[in-house]
Amino acid sequence: MVWVNAIVQGILVGGLYALFAAGLSLIFGVMRLVNIAHGDLIVLAAYMALTCVTLTDLNPLLAIFVVAPFSALAGYAFQRLLFNRTLGADILPPLLVSFGLSVIIQNALLQIYSADSRKLNAGGIEIASIPIVQGLSIGVLPLLMFVTAILTIGALQFMFYATPLGRALRATSDDQDVARLMGYDNKHLYAIAMAISLAVVAIAGIFLAVRTNFDPALGPQRLIFGFEAVIIGGLGNLWGTLAGGVILGVAQALGAMIDPGWQLLAGHLVFLAILAFRPEGLFPRVDG
Amino acid sequence: MSGPAFTIARATPESRIALVFALLGLLALATGPYWMDRNSMRLVGEFLIYLGLASLWNLLAGYAGLVSVGQQAYVGFGGYVLFGCAMFLGVPPLLAVPIAGATAALLSIPVSYLVFRLKGAYFAIGTWVVAEVFMLLASQWQAMGGGSGVSLPIAIVRSIGSTRDMREQMIYWTTLGVTVAVLIAVYLLLRSRWGLALQAIRDSEVAAESSGVSVASAKRLLYVVACAGAAMIGSLIFMAKLRISPSSAFSVNDWTAFVIFITVIGGIGRIEGPVIGTILFFLLRETLSDLGASYLIVLGCVAVAIMLFAPKGIWGLVQDKFGWQLFPVGRRLILNTNKEGA
Repeated sequence: MVWVNAIVQGILVGGLYALFAAGLSLIFGVMRLVNIAHGDLIVLAAYMALTCVTLTDLNPLLAIFVVAPFSALAGYAFQRLLFNRTLGADILPPLLVSFGLSVIIQNALLQIYSADSRKLNAGGIEIASIPIVQGLSIGVLPLLMFVTAILTIGALQFMFYATPLGRALRATSDDQDVARLMGYDNKHLYAIAMAISLAVVAIAGIFLAVRTNFDPALGPQRLIFGFEAVIIGGLGNLWGTLAGGVILGVAQALGAMIDPGWQLLAGHLVFLAILAFRPEGLFPRVDG
Repeated sequence: MSGPAFTIARATPESRIALVFALLGLLALATGPYWMDRNSMRLVGEFLIYLGLASLWNLLAGYAGLVSVGQQAYVGFGGYVLFGCAMFLGVPPLLAVPIAGATAALLSIPVSYLVFRLKGAYFAIGTWVVAEVFMLLASQWQAMGGGSGVSLPIAIVRSIGSTRDMREQMIYWTTLGVTVAVLIAVYLLLRSRWGLALQAIRDSEVAAESSGVSVASAKRLLYVVACAGAAMIGSLIFMAKLRISPSSAFSVNDWTAFVIFITVIGGIGRIEGPVIGTILFFLLRETLSDLGASYLIVLGCVAVAIMLFAPKGIWGLVQDKFGWQLFPVGRRLILNTNKEGA
C-alpha cells in the first residue's frame, strides 16, 4: 500500500509539473522560443503572491486572481520590449537573452527577499485529506492542484483549437509571413501568447509556494521539470505534457521510496531513457 | 605560361603584430611566479581558467550552434576524476589532468548521442539535465563525502609541491600550459579543414550539408574537444581549491553563466571574443565586487543589452569599424593586378 500511495501522490504532483510545462510548451509552439527564464518567472510569481498575501492578508489561493493578471500584463510587456527584438532565424539571441533574464531575476529576488526559504500558508486546506481506503488518502490541496492542471490545459486546448485567437496563433505558428499577409499582427499575437504563458506561470508559482518552501535559486530546477514533462509527453501536445508531468511525478515518488537521494535522479533517468529510446516523446503530435 | 593571377594569404599586418604581442604576453605570464605576488598569481590563474572555458564554449556555441548550458558537467567531472585518481589510485595530481581530459572525451561520446537528439534551445536544457544528473550522482558518491564534499588529503597536496609557494607555482604553470594548449587547439582546429566545415555550418547548416560537410560528425568532434578541455580545466580548478563538493563542482553560475556572459560580451563566434570578454569580465568584477548579488544583475543586463543591440559583441563592433583580424582563421584572395600580361 505504501507503493500505491507513492504512485498516487506522484500522479498528483505531476499536475504541478504539467503546470510548469504548459506555459513553456505554449511559447515554444507559437514562436519557437524556449524561455530559459521560465522557472525563475514561476519563482517570481511565488514571491509576488507572497508580497500580495503579506500586504492584504488574502488567502494565497485567492491571490491567483491578483497575481495572474499582473503577471500576464508583465508578460505582454516583456514580449513587446524584449523578446520580439530577438526573434529571427538565429536561435542564439532569444536563448541568451532569456538566460540573462534568468540570472537577473534570480539575483534581484536574492537582493530583495534574501536567500531564506519562504512558504505560503493556505490554512486548513493544506492538511485536509480525503481517505480512500486504509493507508491511502488523497490530500485536498494536491487534488485541487491536479484538477487545476487539467482545467488549465483543457482551457488552453480549447483556446487553441476552438477560438479565433487560437486560429490566429496557430496560423502564425505555421507560417508567420503568410499569417501577416492575412492581416495578423504577429508582434501583438506573440505578446498575447507570452501573456497567457505568464498567467499559467502565476498559477504554477502560487501552487509551488503553497506546496513547498521556496527560495530565489529554485527556478532552474522548475524549468528542468517543465522541460522534461514536455519532452516525455511529446512536443506540441498539451495533453501529452500532462501525461509527461504525471510520469515524471511518479518516477520521482518511486525513486524517493528506494532512497531519498534518488528522487530527482529517478526523474532525470526516465527523461534520458525516453530521449534514448523514444526521442519524439510518448505522445507526439500527429499533424493531419 | 604565366604565374597565377592571385595569391592566397591568411596573415594580415595586424595579425603579425598580434602574434608578437601574444608571444610577449605569454613570456610575461610564464615568468609570472618570479615577479607576481600571491594574489596576482591567483587572479591570473582564474583569468586563464575563464579564458580557456570561454574559448571552448565559444567553439561550441559560436561555431557549431551548440548552445550548451551544461558544460559544468565536465568541469565538475574533471574535478572529481582528479580527486578520485589521486585519492584511490595514487596517481600524481598533475598526471591526473590529462586523465581527466581523456575520460571526459570518452564519456562525452555516448552523452552526445543523447543530447544531440535535441535541437537548439532544447539542446541547451538537455545538457543542463545531464549536468544535474552528474551532480546528483556525485552527491551519492559516499567515498567522496557525498553531498558535503571532500578535501584533498595533505599527503597528496604535498606531492604537488613541498611548500605552498612551490605548489602554487606548479598549479599556475600547469594552468597556463593547459589554457595555452586549449587556445592553440581551438585556433588550429578552426584553421583546419574541420574549421572551414564548422564555419560553413555556422553560416548555413543546410548549405554546408549539401556541400558535402558531414554536419553531425563535425559537431560531435567539436563537442568531444570542448568537453575534454572543460574537464582538464576543471581538474585544475579543484586542484587549486584543494576541496570539491557537488554544488561547487557543478555550479551553473560559476562555470557556465559567467562563461556565456564573457563570450557574448566579447563577441560570440569570433576567436578574439573570449579574450576581450575575459579581460572586460575581470575589469568589471574587480570594480564591482563590492556590489554582491547586484554585480550579477549588472553583468546580466550588460549581456542582454549586447545581445539586443550589438549581437556580435565588443569585438564585432571593433571588427566592423577597423576590419581587424588578430587571429585569422579564414583565407583572403589577393589579386596580382600589377603583373603585366597575366
